[in-house]
Amino acid sequence: MPYPEPNVAGPVGSAEVPLHRLAHARAGDKGERLNLALFAFEPHHYATLVEEVTEARVLALFAHRGASRVRRYLMPGLAGMNLVIDDVLQGGVNGALNLDGHGKTLSFLLLGMTIRLPVASVE
Amino acid sequence: MTFLLGSGAGFSGDRTDAAIPVVAELIRRGQPSALIFETLGERTLAAAHRALRDDPAAGYEPLLEELLTPVLDDCLTHGIAILGNFGAANPDGACRIVAELAAGTERGKASIGRVQGDDIRARLGELDLERWEAENRELPGEEALISANVYLGAAPLVEALALGAEVVVSGRVADPALFLAPLMHHFGWAWDDWDRLAAGMMAGHLGECGAQVTGGYFADPGCKEVPDLARVGYPIIEVEEDGRLVVTKPAGTGGMVTARTVKEQLLYEVHDPANYLTPDVVVDLSAVRVEELGRDRVAVTGIRGKPAPQRLKTTVCYEGGWQGEAEISYAGPNALARARLAAEVLRERLTFRAPPELRSRLDIVGHASVFDSDAGDLQRTLPGGVGGDYRLRLAVEHAERRWVERATQELLALYCAGPAGGGGVRRQFQRRVCTASYLVRRGDVNACATLFDATLFETKMASQRRATHAVS
Repeated sequence: MPYPEPNVAGPVGSAEVPLHRLAHARAGDKGERLNLALFAFEPHHYATLVEEVTEARVLALFAHRGASRVRRYLMPGLAGMNLVIDDVLQGGVNGALNLDGHGKTLSFLLLGMTIRLPVASVE
Repeated sequence: MTFLLGSGAGFSGDRTDAAIPVVAELIRRGQPSALIFETLGERTLAAAHRALRDDPAAGYEPLLEELLTPVLDDCLTHGIAILGNFGAANPDGACRIVAELAAGTERGKASIGRVQGDDIRARLGELDLERWEAENRELPGEEALISANVYLGAAPLVEALALGAEVVVSGRVADPALFLAPLMHHFGWAWDDWDRLAAGMMAGHLGECGAQVTGGYFADPGCKEVPDLARVGYPIIEVEEDGRLVVTKPAGTGGMVTARTVKEQLLYEVHDPANYLTPDVVVDLSAVRVEELGRDRVAVTGIRGKPAPQRLKTTVCYEGGWQGEAEISYAGPNALARARLAAEVLRERLTFRAPPELRSRLDIVGHASVFDSDAGDLQRTLPGGVGGDYRLRLAVEHAERRWVERATQELLALYCAGPAGGGGVRRQFQRRVCTASYLVRRGDVNACATLFDATLFETKMASQRRATHAVS
């Protein structure tokens, strides 16, 4: 893994790790709406994703781009979730000034988020 | 009997040699099959309308000839139907290219089906329109309107196959409907058999982006390794009469099909997974399961369907003024500070050199570029970069080209009037076509299929040319 060992911090019994270590994701766009499909690499980390990757935290992560609403659809059968973010593409594929008008790179903005992992789960 | 759906392209601009191993595998298996080219998105539909406006003979998929040439002969010989939305804004133009290519095959001709009815531009004013749920834009005025295309379902594509079409050319249809259509034609499923329709649509959803389900757009070194991306195999979806489906790819190709690659594509561009809207069925993925059956074989089960929506999505394209981009590089000692200074200079210049309604953005991009050799020696020997290599990018938008030119010219002027050591300026301008999404009543859409008659088409084009000359 390309990450340093997690630092034990915050509440006793948890460690902060980048989401990228536990999950993979893909972004898709329709107009000004972005969806981020997020899946735990290991099913036993799914509960942590549900706990940590909340609508409020995702909205805060994309607030600088004008995101107005996040809806989260849990997919326990896939150990994943679908995050649907409205008004986040600043014009979308045909109207943005951004190099990436589709917002395709934004899956990795999500994966850069730091989450708290119970220490017992840290390998 | 199993029906095989092969993907030959997943977007406009996709690899043009991707279909070759797919067709070879379909022929090797000898089962009933179809080859699908999905080359039309919100971006490419707008681009096609822009192209058609500049040249009445353009407006279809620009890579059509390159995509079809390597496989057309084999598909015609082996009874593999080809379906594609490569007609884009000009299905007739695409049909003509297909007819020309077919003339060069061993057979010398092909039966070409053409789907019509997606273009509702002429009737837009009379139709009952609703705004699509995530759409904020007002419908543009008549003078700005360029096109309006409905996402058609599989029915007119099935009609084309029933007419005996070996190659089916469409414009705007829902991408997965290209895959559902040959299944409907082959299995004779009922149009209210919602679970089977949903399975067929999801076979299409999984296959429509080509390599995105077989290891493309997935690799992340150290976390998600993918073998031989340079030769990634495009998907083949095996579908049974009862709607069971398995995702696989041609033997001997790169990439991989795993539960992870399939899951990423399963929710791609999906919003509410319990209500994935398509023209022919509302798909419910809440109970979906993904299971690895073996190497590069993944089953997807638990797909359910609900009755089709009463309204169909429509993409409206309209004039979006002009966009301009310009870039300049700074590298070496203090490069970031110089790039930032350049951005400040530009920002200030634009306050008095361009009108206030000019929309603009400045990015600073970079790792290692301008110091490097053509062989990329520095990127190899200095993995940490070259101590700064930044590219300042200006993007602007305005209704008038002259202000876009003026603003980007200010970046060009950094050569002599900006910070030290800036280089490698590039500028470009383009006319913008914006899009908005609306919903029309299903009953207001009249989709149909006909067989393309090249002779008739040439006569029509000739009379159009005469009419144009008469006017000018």
